[in-house]
This record gives sequence, structure tokens and C-alpha cells, in this order.
Amino acid sequence: MKRRELIGAALGLAGAVWVRDAAANAGELAAAIKQFAAGAPVTEGRVEFDIAPLVENGNTVPITVRVQSAMSEAEHVKAIAIFNESNPQRDVANFYLGPRAGRATVATRIRLATSQQLVAVAKMSDGSCWSKTVDVLVTLAACVEP
Amino acid sequence: MARALITMPATAKRGDVVEIRTLIAHPMETGYRAGEDGAIQPRNLIRRFTCHYDDVLVFSADLFPAVAANPFIAFSTLATASGTLRFTWTGDKGFTQTETASLAVT
Repeated sequence: MKRRELIGAALGLAGAVWVRDAAANAGELAAAIKQFAAGAPVTEGRVEFDIAPLVENGNTVPITVRVQSAMSEAEHVKAIAIFNESNPQRDVANFYLGPRAGRATVATRIRLATSQQLVAVAKMSDGSCWSKTVDVLVTLAACVEP
Repeated sequence: MARALITMPATAKRGDVVEIRTLIAHPMETGYRAGEDGAIQPRNLIRRFTCHYDDVLVFSADLFPAVAANPFIAFSTLATASGTLRFTWTGDKGFTQTETASLAVT
């Protein structure tokens, strides 16, 4: 085999592996969201996801999720779940609320292993699910430094 | 006992939304990191957080390895009556801690 063919093949192989990895992660993310939604269709909207678009330290990233809801007995948010695309595990945190929460806002601090997509999904009392997807760039990753 | 901080107002008007911020000292070891000897550190997480308002569950959370060390959780509740809020964190290695705070409702 000629050298240029070998290099080409090696590049092609590396590309294939990388693409499959990303696709596998995206599939896992979709599966995790589907499991949380439990059969209900997930619609983009009604959810606000506050996070810095450029994260300097992935070890502690502040996030805030707000959902538009009256938070009354008849119409409230039951749960908010946060998912990630490229950490070792898809789940980040699940929050369970009710009409006594008063306001559908939660905040926490999370870890991000790499630049990736995050999804917040809110489950309403009527069973509908709403989501918001954000992309973040991470310069210092969590999970690698001891 | 881990050090825990709870920030919330001591008094509120009936029907007000009270913001509660909680922080607890905990390493939240993910189980994916190697220690100084190169061996994987065993997983040590807080798995669950609950808030009871006069023994009624008003808020809870499931935490996973992607939650940062010293978990910070902020949420809110409706001030319904004067009473006690009880916060409980439970996790691996039998970790459990309970803190209480009182809220006076006028």
C-alpha cells in the first residue's frame, strides 16, 4: 500500500470512530429523554435554561431552569430533568415540584466533561413535556483532573 | 456531620413565594476519577435531597455524578403557615443528614 493511501485510510477510520461516538451519545440522550417523558411528545418551548455559553471551569457550572407555569393546583410543573450529551452518564439531576413550589425555578451547579449539548425537560401536571436545548463550550473539563 | 448552609427568609407573608438556597459540604465523588495512586476512586454521592414543610413533601431531587461537589440546590415554596422546614440529604456509604429551619408566616 502506498503511504498516501495508508494515511487516507487511517484518517477515514479515525473519522468513522469519532462520528459513531457522537451519534451513539446523541442516541443515548434521546433515549434518556424519551424514558423521562414516558411516551408523551416533547415539545421545544416554555422552558428557560440559563447557563454561561462559554464555561471556563467544567467542575462547577451554575445553571438555572425556569418553566412558564401558573403553578396552581390545576396546572403545575411536576418534574424538571436535566440531561447532557457527553458526560459518562446522561442524567444530571431530576427535580420534583408541585403546586406548593409557588414558582417553577430551580438552580444548581453541575459538572461538564466537555463541550456539549444540555437539555432541560419539564413534565407538566397534564402530562405534556416541554424542553430547552443549549450548547456550551467548555475550556477546562471536569472528570480529568484528579 | 457535614457542614450545611440554608439561606431563606425567617418571616414571610401568607401566599408569598419563599426562595430557599441549600449547600452541603460533600465531595460528590463520581466513580470515574483516578486518585493519586492511579486507582479509580469509589463512587460516593448524595443521591437524594428532600424538603418537607410541616411533614408535607414540597420539593425533592435525584442527584447524579454530574452534580458538582458541595451540591447547591435552590428552589422555592409557598408560605402557607408558620412551621418548620426539614431538609434531608441521603447518599452512598450510609450518608444521611437532616437540617431544619423555621418560617414565621404572617
